[in-house]
Amino acid sequence: MSAALLAQVVPFERPAIDWHAFAPELVLLGFGVLLTSLDAIFLERGRKLTSALAGIGLLAALVPVITLAIDGQDRYLFGGAYVVDNFALVMKALFLLSGYVVVLMSTNYIAEGDYWENEYYGMLVTSILGMILMASARDLITIFVALELLSIPAYLMATWRKRDLRSNEAGLKYYLMGVFASAIMLYGMSLLYGVTGSTVLADIGEVVNEGDSTSISTLAIVFVLAGFAFKVSAVPFHTWAPDTYEGAPTPVTGFLAVASKAAGFVALVQLIFVGFWGRSDVYEPLMWALAAASMTVGNLIALRQTNMVRMMAYSGIASAGYILAPLAVAGDSVAIADESLRAVVTYLVIYAAMNLGVFGVIMAIARKTKSAEISSYSGLFHYAPGLTVAMTIFLMSLAGIPPLGGWWAKFAVFKALASADTVAGWSLAVVAAVNSVIALYYYLSVLRTMWADEAPDGDVSPIRVPASLVAAMALTAIATVAFGVWPPLVDGVADVTLLGAGG
Amino acid sequence: MMLNQFLLLAAALFCIGVYGVLTRRNGVLVLMSVELILNAVNINLVAFGAFQDNVMGDVFAVFVIAVAAAEVGVGLAMVLLMYRNRKSIDFSEVDMLKG
Repeated sequence: MSAALLAQVVPFERPAIDWHAFAPELVLLGFGVLLTSLDAIFLERGRKLTSALAGIGLLAALVPVITLAIDGQDRYLFGGAYVVDNFALVMKALFLLSGYVVVLMSTNYIAEGDYWENEYYGMLVTSILGMILMASARDLITIFVALELLSIPAYLMATWRKRDLRSNEAGLKYYLMGVFASAIMLYGMSLLYGVTGSTVLADIGEVVNEGDSTSISTLAIVFVLAGFAFKVSAVPFHTWAPDTYEGAPTPVTGFLAVASKAAGFVALVQLIFVGFWGRSDVYEPLMWALAAASMTVGNLIALRQTNMVRMMAYSGIASAGYILAPLAVAGDSVAIADESLRAVVTYLVIYAAMNLGVFGVIMAIARKTKSAEISSYSGLFHYAPGLTVAMTIFLMSLAGIPPLGGWWAKFAVFKALASADTVAGWSLAVVAAVNSVIALYYYLSVLRTMWADEAPDGDVSPIRVPASLVAAMALTAIATVAFGVWPPLVDGVADVTLLGAGG
Repeated sequence: MMLNQFLLLAAALFCIGVYGVLTRRNGVLVLMSVELILNAVNINLVAFGAFQDNVMGDVFAVFVIAVAAAEVGVGLAMVLLMYRNRKSIDFSEVDMLKG
């Protein structure tokens, strides 16, 4: 009996796996395991190695990303659930490089703060592993697992200063909003699976785009997109961001503000372009409202902040609005969709460079002043001219002043909005333009404090900045300027499309 | 057996969970409410999978169960940390950062 049954069973055949396509993830996984076992075996003696090892791991994972880019072939794994294309490779490179800059920023901060170093870098590498998985995830299950893989270590990193009540509060708020948002998103995903009978985004796209606009799929799309609006801290899902940014250790804040936010956008654009593209009646108004609210609320509240980190949190909320803006017109035509995707990618890449730079300078200044209050920055030019110039470059870039990278980012957004040539596109462009002026005001007032005011108590002893932090600021400053003065770089990075591949 | 019965059960659980997250102040109860939402998701997934004769729903549900365990593990660690530092797990008292 059992022998007859066994004979009927088809022998399991392992599907062909393209190991080259998986190489970045495997390298990073290897280094994550190495960091964890180093901690378990050598305990405290391993501390000196961990930060260097994490940095090497992130750069090593970049090698297969580059070989895949040279190969230039789109790779589809597991029936389209995992895709390695130009978009995925650009975003993977972005996550790995910004992770490397975060390691550089963390090296002295974590070592001198007597925090748990080994575990910290293990968590950081794991979180970045989740992000590079997210860049290729074109399937609901993969997106969900990647989201949790990048979020759970981030919750822990935000709480890293265990005995500091402010750090506790930062982590707790981030965690609560995070799990709530991912639970809502999952409910949306379960409905989406029910409507379409598949978890692969391309299949979902086929069913959803047939114009079968049932109210249940509308509800599902809204729930799923709202879950990711939390991750990118768009208004009205932004309330966690300022508190978490202020309470968390500063390198972690930089990580959350750049890499974690970019991962949320990656998921959002994959869902919209591959999954829901035909349902522009649902996501376009939603994105319009989120973008307009984020830009306006973020900038207006940023105006009256006295703490630099909180100001950057609200500035980040406003930036999320700019990045969401092109998605509000993405469904109009294929050409406009490609234009919007390019705008999103351009903005994300340039935003990563300039924003990480700002947090680098904040950390360098805090080494002397032990504070992130804007008033403590007064007279900085008299004793730290290098830091003042660096901060000027980053803030002017964030404001979108021409020779710097941020100008191209803003320009790409306006170009995408204008190319739609609709009422929605133009009205959002006007909102964005007004907001750019408001943003310029609060960036300039910080710079005025740094350049023109006198140092408090006449204390003009110079700031000693460790080499790794200098390297982090130099890398981000070079990237910010290079993107501004050398446009082919922007075009090269933003040469991506999702529509032809998935939909 | 109707699919609707399962979906209604899941929707009811979902609403109770959302209500609990928004109104409860006790840390452990908030985590339990999140679990209710996740279980609503699991019921949905398994019901849809069974009625469509499609195994992906079950696979998804298994992933949700496994990841939710990790998530709640982190959440309980945070509630414990809060209790050690403040001797209270009332979330409404967590309001040092404002502005």
